[in-house]
Amino acid sequence: MKIPPMVSAPLHFVPIPLIERVTRIVFSKVLSEHPDLFARLGTYREKRFAFRPTDLPVAFVVDPSRPSLSVLRKSDDAKADCTVEAKIVHLLSLLEGRCDADALFFAREITVTGDMEAMLALRNALDDSLIDLPTELGKLAGPFASLVSKAAAGVRGRVLPQEQHRWN
Amino acid sequence: MPQTTATLTLGPVLYLWDGPKWRDFYFRIADEADVSRVVIGETVCSKRLHFTEPHIAEVVERLTAAGKEVVFSTLAMVTLERETQHVRNLIANAADLVEASDLSALGLLNGKPHVIGPLINVYNAATARLLAARGARTICLPPELPMDSISAIAAGAPDVDYEIFAFGRMPLAISARCAHARSKGHIKDNCQFVCADEPDGLPVRTLDRQSFLVLNGVQTVSHTCQMVAAEMRALREAGISRFRLSPQDCDMVGIAAVFNDLLQDRVGVEEAIARVETIYPGAPLSNGFLHAREGAAWVSRARNVAAQSAL
Amino acid sequence: MELICPAGTPAAFREAVDAGADAVYCGFNDETNARNFPGLNFSREELRNSIAYARQKGVQTLVALNTFMRAGSEALWYQRAADAVALGVDALIVADFGLMAHVAETYPEQRLHASVQASASNVEAIRFLVTAFGVKRVVLPRTLTIPDIARIARKIDCEIEVFVFGGLCVMAEGRCSLSSYATGKSPNMNGVCSPATHVRYRQDGGELVSELGDYTINRFPPGEAAGYPTLCKGRFEVGDSHGYAFEDPVSLDIMDHIDALREAGVSALKVEGRQRGKAYVAEVVSTLRRSLTAQGAERQALLSKLRHLSEGQKTTSGAYEKRWR
Repeated sequence: MKIPPMVSAPLHFVPIPLIERVTRIVFSKVLSEHPDLFARLGTYREKRFAFRPTDLPVAFVVDPSRPSLSVLRKSDDAKADCTVEAKIVHLLSLLEGRCDADALFFAREITVTGDMEAMLALRNALDDSLIDLPTELGKLAGPFASLVSKAAAGVRGRVLPQEQHRWN
Repeated sequence: MPQTTATLTLGPVLYLWDGPKWRDFYFRIADEADVSRVVIGETVCSKRLHFTEPHIAEVVERLTAAGKEVVFSTLAMVTLERETQHVRNLIANAADLVEASDLSALGLLNGKPHVIGPLINVYNAATARLLAARGARTICLPPELPMDSISAIAAGAPDVDYEIFAFGRMPLAISARCAHARSKGHIKDNCQFVCADEPDGLPVRTLDRQSFLVLNGVQTVSHTCQMVAAEMRALREAGISRFRLSPQDCDMVGIAAVFNDLLQDRVGVEEAIARVETIYPGAPLSNGFLHAREGAAWVSRARNVAAQSAL
Repeated sequence: MELICPAGTPAAFREAVDAGADAVYCGFNDETNARNFPGLNFSREELRNSIAYARQKGVQTLVALNTFMRAGSEALWYQRAADAVALGVDALIVADFGLMAHVAETYPEQRLHASVQASASNVEAIRFLVTAFGVKRVVLPRTLTIPDIARIARKIDCEIEVFVFGGLCVMAEGRCSLSSYATGKSPNMNGVCSPATHVRYRQDGGELVSELGDYTINRFPPGEAAGYPTLCKGRFEVGDSHGYAFEDPVSLDIMDHIDALREAGVSALKVEGRQRGKAYVAEVVSTLRRSLTAQGAERQALLSKLRHLSEGQKTTSGAYEKRWR
């Protein structure tokens, strides 16, 4: 299960502020569509969560209390209370609740470090939130819209079909 | 607060000891140990019943003659018809008190004076009141309970005696599967009574070689040995009138002497602990559950003072 | 036989209903239930909406109040019982005798189920719960074989529910303090087993090391399927050998035996997994629903697809088969 090079390779050359701008737009879009997203976090809202796609050169840090999202080069030190590492497709499918996190953990597809309770809270919050990325991204306006939503749908299309029949 | 008079109970031998060893242990307890009550009978595994059965009558006679009150224990896990029948017969025929260790005994003992063992889940006064109304005279509370819960239960359901698990490896779990037999390449149905090879249980260590648990047939007990010492005063003030010593493969007469000295204020806490560590050097002591900590923890006396004044 | 399905969030609840559950069981977001995990479970409002959704589709809602009431704080459990009754839940699943007595006295019309945590493993135990509290259904502990269940079913005035799929407690449920021995938190008192607060994962060479409190629970070599960091499924050293002292990381699957369970007199089949995601609930419930009517090879094929979702990616029949002991 590899992500298409058309998504990963260019990221090496794209300046961080540009990636950050796109992901922030997505992030705020998701938040505006799902205002209750972080309600389930309770006191874990104060924690910082890092997402490190193993097949991309960048990492994402989410701070739900502000709320904010930052993008870092992998070489930078991402300060976070807990970190989840997995292929980007698995991170995206977890975000949408399309995969069961425990099953991915049993299969050794994800690794989690740091504050396990905070991570569990976030997992459960995301799982209840009914996020649908291609739809969310499709609503995006602006120059990145088609690029990003095409990429997201491309990722889903390529790597998830064999899994999708399982739950649909 | 006035302290109630408190006495010692010797809990049932949880391990598989061969018949003569088991008999001689109780003969010595009858002759030498200052305990008011002795609970006897197989609690962990029905397959072991025949080891002690030939000796029960003489043991009961010796204990009774020595002025000890005998209580019969029941099986902790009853699944087979033969096990149900054993519990039924025991309750129907017992001239002495019976201690309930599972829900079948609880049901069958309704209306008769009886004892609730530490394996019955009594976590609050509502449950204690219900059991008292059905005939429970003594409730030995589960080892997992913190001091706050013990005080609240004793205060909220005062019409029954309370007992605390004060010495011994703590029963932590019981399973349909026999880990002890499996560790030696057997299954439960063909176990060859290999648990008899370890009269004080079979140690389980972590992969980093930390001592952790101990196997006793289908039961899992703590590696640490529960030791109620500094907490005894607070517990008595809360209304605890009995302290249970759970037999380990050591000089239990000596252990009973230490706890009697503690009850009578004839010995300081530190000295009592030192004496217990000499008599039973195999296991580190623990009292964490009483302090709402992990059960394996040892909370030293200095911190206990604060815990006691909070009671 | 009814299919009783788990839900940890309103989203999972809807998935369970849509996938063909006969009843969904869930809990409030506090220590009154045995899956008291961060971010999991239902507020009163969420439960109200979920019950309405279920009812509209002819599905029942069961609420687990299956921890033991903390002495001095009984009011919380009583309040949750009152909330659940007011919301019109179809049954309460209770383990604590004190709480059972309270429900039986205060809400005599409310249907009461004995939780697996109550540990009723024989005829006399079940009679006690039926006589003392009017229990209508008992969830049997995972310590019995199918012939044991059949023998019990013939002699009791009460429905039987058994676990058929999902997490497997190796120890008799409601009678295990292994978690609190290592962490201070237990299923009975806190509604958690091996709580996340005390779990740490670290990489040691290629190995994934799981630790609970001060204790090493397991080391998974690269590529080996992992499990939950529960003590009963850890790797330990006993005598001279290393290995799984109690049980492998594995989960329960006895769907292959459902005909025997029906024959034995079982009324309801329970799926474990309130802590699992909605994707899991949807896939497991829909597959089990189909396998209830499928036969032989077709059923086998359906069930084999679920194995990749299981702990350790392996399944067992547990105590339902005698040789497991």
